[in-house]
Amino acid sequence: MATATAVESKPSGSAPRKARKNALSDGQGRLSAILLSPTLLVILVVVGIPIILSIRESLFLANDGINPETGLVESGEKFVGLQNYTDIFAGQNQVVGAYGTIDRFWNAFINTSLFTITCVLLETILGVAMALIMAKAFRGRGFVRAGILVPWAIPTIVSALMWKLIFDESGVMNRILGTKILWLADDNPAFWAVVIADVWKTAPFIGLLTLAGLQTIPAEVYEAAKVDGANAWQQFIRITLPMVKPTLVVAVLFRTLDTMRMFDLPWGMVGQGKYYVETLSIFAYQEAGQQRYGPASAYSIILFVYIMLVAYLFVKILGADVVGDAAPPKKTKRKKKRQDQEAGKSAETAALESMGGAH
Amino acid sequence: MTFARRAGRIAVAAGSLTALLAVAACGGGGDESAGGGGDTAPSADSSYTEKGPITYVQGKDTSGHVPKQIAKWNKEHPDEKVTLQELPDNADQQRAQMLQNAQIKSDKMTVLSVDVVWTAEFAANQVIDELPADQFSTDDFLPATVQTATYFDKLYAVPATSDGGLLYYRKDLLDKYDLKPPTTWSELKDACDTITKGEDKSKLNCFAGQYNKYEGLTVNFSEAVNSAGGVVVGEDGKPNVNTPEAQSGLDVLVNWFKDGTIPKGAITWQEEQGRQAFQDGKLVFLRNWPYVYSLAEKDDGSSKVNGKFAVAPLPGLDQPGVSSLGGHNMAISKYAKNKGTAVEFIKWWTNQENQKSYSLATSQAPTRTALYTDPELTKEYPYMPILLKSIETAQPRPKAVKYGDVTLAIQDSAYAALQGQIPTQQALSELQTKLESLIK
Repeated sequence: MATATAVESKPSGSAPRKARKNALSDGQGRLSAILLSPTLLVILVVVGIPIILSIRESLFLANDGINPETGLVESGEKFVGLQNYTDIFAGQNQVVGAYGTIDRFWNAFINTSLFTITCVLLETILGVAMALIMAKAFRGRGFVRAGILVPWAIPTIVSALMWKLIFDESGVMNRILGTKILWLADDNPAFWAVVIADVWKTAPFIGLLTLAGLQTIPAEVYEAAKVDGANAWQQFIRITLPMVKPTLVVAVLFRTLDTMRMFDLPWGMVGQGKYYVETLSIFAYQEAGQQRYGPASAYSIILFVYIMLVAYLFVKILGADVVGDAAPPKKTKRKKKRQDQEAGKSAETAALESMGGAH
Repeated sequence: MTFARRAGRIAVAAGSLTALLAVAACGGGGDESAGGGGDTAPSADSSYTEKGPITYVQGKDTSGHVPKQIAKWNKEHPDEKVTLQELPDNADQQRAQMLQNAQIKSDKMTVLSVDVVWTAEFAANQVIDELPADQFSTDDFLPATVQTATYFDKLYAVPATSDGGLLYYRKDLLDKYDLKPPTTWSELKDACDTITKGEDKSKLNCFAGQYNKYEGLTVNFSEAVNSAGGVVVGEDGKPNVNTPEAQSGLDVLVNWFKDGTIPKGAITWQEEQGRQAFQDGKLVFLRNWPYVYSLAEKDDGSSKVNGKFAVAPLPGLDQPGVSSLGGHNMAISKYAKNKGTAVEFIKWWTNQENQKSYSLATSQAPTRTALYTDPELTKEYPYMPILLKSIETAQPRPKAVKYGDVTLAIQDSAYAALQGQIPTQQALSELQTKLESLIK
């Protein structure tokens, strides 16, 4: 996200200075290329090179033969082509998780996907509800807004440890529910424990973004709807949701991508080697920890491609407008609506920028 | 910004969003330095003669004693000063940093404090160097601890601290029902039945150890197997866990979980939860490390059992049980400079006098046999004679180059069996198959 912000803010910051240095007669394209080059360089160093190195690493496998005389491990690594990828289908690493005995990679893959779907769905519903509450003018609104944002402001690993205490066998959750559920054992409840903690923590993120979108909906639209006799539900479905959609889709997109690489909550709350909550990030990290950098890179690359794919689908199908300049609609059906959308966009961009640093 | 095509911008946006992941993915980026054969090491000082300043690397020192002891050395050796480098508290992170240090062939670390289970991995991957055996006499050390410091019959480290499991029991309750501390599992079970019959059953559980899925489970599982006469990895270095003996050991734990001898919640317990339950008076018996003793003995109200408990060796199937071995060894990093000083420092650090003051200050068990009968130490730590028994008969955890995989395989099988997901027979045969592919 920080990078996304940088794409926008950097050129505008350095534009005047650079513009003076370069002859104004320069071609538009060349000038903008120069202006963008620092950003592109940063992206190349921070994103491009690591990805290329990871892809390269994913094609290698460290030697692990042991010399029978000295007991020393052969050093070096060898090129194995796509073996690290095809091994996923070889089924050599079976584990028992929530989905029966399957390969550890697929277990982590399904966990990642299910976490993403479940968490994002619940977070969206709750987040929108929070936004609707926060947008209302009432006494103590400041308190409510601040209160809702507290979970999001707590570092994830801290909230993981906090929820670990809550979900302890003799912790608060079991006392409130009057149950003896072993939330943190490697079993199904662990999945839901993580979902609860994640929803608690990040629903405010969607809430905050949605709130920014809500505040740009002009009151007249609602007044007109009231005059037309629309009830609250109709107003929500016909006015609020469509008008807040551009913001909401971006918020959901960010949450989706974020949840897909979830690491710290399951790691901190439940622990490592717990197959009911092991995500792809955790699995890749564990493999790297066992000095199997090749397979670890392969898993990371797969997760990377998976996330790219989801991001692409979001942009294509739901029209998430991440950069802030949607292509102009081919036919302007309703001019007013378009203006509203643009107004909503600037608010959303502002909200994103304000949060970019903290997240 | 008219020049930008939409497709390009989507790509940039998606790329930036996944940037964090990509950064995470490059964790294996240090590949270039990983290979290349250790024999061409730059300034490898295999003669152990170079002298000069060195660093001593260990996990976080919570006692505050380590800097004092190092200051003492520095005073005596002004030209061979030792600098302390503390790593995080977490053992996995310590291991990761030491491995990384070796991968980049850095000379930043000289003397490493190595967990007993890492010796094989570090030795095989040439993280640590073989020590000059003629310079170290291991005769006065507990044999079990020396075993943890060797690999392929070569000495790679010197035992610095040790650790063994103890059975904590409620002396007041056992005395009340005229019972002796149990030496076998069936005695322990009978004692429990007698006590819980007389006491409030809802508030008192019988026994617990460490059964969460982590290293502690490997320890407890190995103890159960060894105490029943089985092995995880045999003396020939081959896995041999699919045996009736091993099964009878695991069966005891599984049955105790089923019938409530071990509370159900203990499947999520590590050392601390068990200690807490014992201190709150909720357990009759507890398997734990010596560190619990002084904490449970505190009279500031944090422990409800101070003065009411005692320790015994771990029970077994039909004779006293076998503990797993913990502790740390001192080794020398392969790519370090001034290994001559390092050798001298290790000798000095593990000598009788320094081990004694270290034990007194940190409550960590020494590795020299003589210290277990030292009057000052036994006065401070009354459990010393029993701990000696525990460590004398203790078995090291499997020596494996891929120890991380081995311990996870053990945890997978043991945990599934304890949860009742698979029968013990199946758990052990699966474990045997996995271990055979991991230990060659």
